[in-house]
Amino acid sequence: MLSSSAPRVVNRRRNYAAWPLDFYASAVGKKAVMAVTGIVLLGFVLLHMLGNLKLYQGAEHMNAYGEWLRTVGEPAVPNRGLLWAVRVVLIAAFALHIHAAASLTLMNRRARPVGYQGPRKYTAADYAARTMRWSGVIVGLFVLFHLADLTWGWANPNFVAGHPYENVVESLSRWWVAGIYIVANVLLGMHIYHGAWSLFQSLGWTLGRFKPWRRGFAIAFAALIVAGNVSFPIAVLSGAIS
Amino acid sequence: MSRTMTFTLKVWRQAGPDRPGRFETYRVDGISEHMSFLEMLDVLNERLAAEGKEPIAFSHDCREGICGSCGFMINGVPHGPLPRTTVCQLHMRHFKDGDTIVIEPWRAAAFPVLKDLVVDRSAFDRIIAAGGYISVNAGSAPEANSVRVPKPVADRAFDAATCIGCGACVAACPNGAAQLFTAAKVSHLNLLPQGQPERWSRVVSMVETMEQYFGSCTNTGECEAACPKGISLDFIAKMHRDYIRAKFLDKRQLARPIPGAEEAAV
Repeated sequence: MLSSSAPRVVNRRRNYAAWPLDFYASAVGKKAVMAVTGIVLLGFVLLHMLGNLKLYQGAEHMNAYGEWLRTVGEPAVPNRGLLWAVRVVLIAAFALHIHAAASLTLMNRRARPVGYQGPRKYTAADYAARTMRWSGVIVGLFVLFHLADLTWGWANPNFVAGHPYENVVESLSRWWVAGIYIVANVLLGMHIYHGAWSLFQSLGWTLGRFKPWRRGFAIAFAALIVAGNVSFPIAVLSGAIS
Repeated sequence: MSRTMTFTLKVWRQAGPDRPGRFETYRVDGISEHMSFLEMLDVLNERLAAEGKEPIAFSHDCREGICGSCGFMINGVPHGPLPRTTVCQLHMRHFKDGDTIVIEPWRAAAFPVLKDLVVDRSAFDRIIAAGGYISVNAGSAPEANSVRVPKPVADRAFDAATCIGCGACVAACPNGAAQLFTAAKVSHLNLLPQGQPERWSRVVSMVETMEQYFGSCTNTGECEAACPKGISLDFIAKMHRDYIRAKFLDKRQLARPIPGAEEAAV
């Protein structure tokens, strides 16, 4: 039965003729975009971590790997051509992921303008799921710091372009920088713990054979990334890499 | 001989939709452990009425867990601490004698408080009106076996159809999303052969109507835990998949809501 008073519309939908915009206008569409861009970013953090394992092979291998990233594909593609192609994809993925998260957060605020006045007890939502916005914002800020530290070199007084091995060792020898890297990667792990599970729901990949593996996949992926990435500052601080 | 219990209740009292609300504290004693939570409130209300005070307003109807009328937050959990139970089926033996119990209405922009613990859930009706039906020609009923449904599919559709529309999923959701309710109603019909002709337009209309009133899903699983019928998160995934397919595959023309269809259904 419909009551006489109409319920209040809190999210007015805009209509677009172009289907990508029409799809993105819906919250389910935005979550699908977050899942797909999340998959792109998961692929990136995995390859980034695996590539950095070259630190354990020494300066020669690490710096050659950095050089390879800049020259791969030559002469068919210009210098840094593939590097920039990947960067453009990553920047787009980051931008969409963040825009969707921000607009959905605002939508959710409007959906519950008055919160519970008594104590609220969560029974299923784990800590990682409830703090995605915080872990996401902090990891995003960390990525900017990380770029300033090891790509642009602003945050690293002894930065020498083209010498990633030496730059990493110089930067992570500062205990507070090593601390930032460790904390940010643990938060990244928490973000992945929920995100790598959640993307299956957002894309509707549940009813097939994926289902029993979703949580295990998310735990394994998060553990792998955290273990690999946290090992670098620890290796530098302990003198295993110098 | 059942034992009797005493409770301190902190109940949200609000005289009307636009009136300020506050918690009021009541002490109830002589409560049988076999009483339901609503029967305990009945006892309190009779005492309040006898004292010439305004009884606590709450929704209720069948009192056997199948109508979806009742429901409020008990100590911060929708329908209280017992899993897969509505408030009317929650008995006082699940509490400890002397407990303080905090009672509060569902909180969501789409569920404005009408009075005390009663909220207006007509936003759910809007979602149903947008596509929670099948269109059939009126007249004599078709032969029942002319459309055959595989048993596992029928079971799954029934699992979705057990949704009683109580609103606990919205109340539980940290985002105030109605994904579990809408997914149950979409899936119930989209699984069955009778639901196929309107499958793609249904999911698009119902999702987009839902999004006008409610928040968005972040897959916390809080709704599934709160649902008195134990409706699975899998239905949310299925709804997301149907929505994405309706928008992406060559279903786009079909998926456009028919202009005026919503008004006609109302």
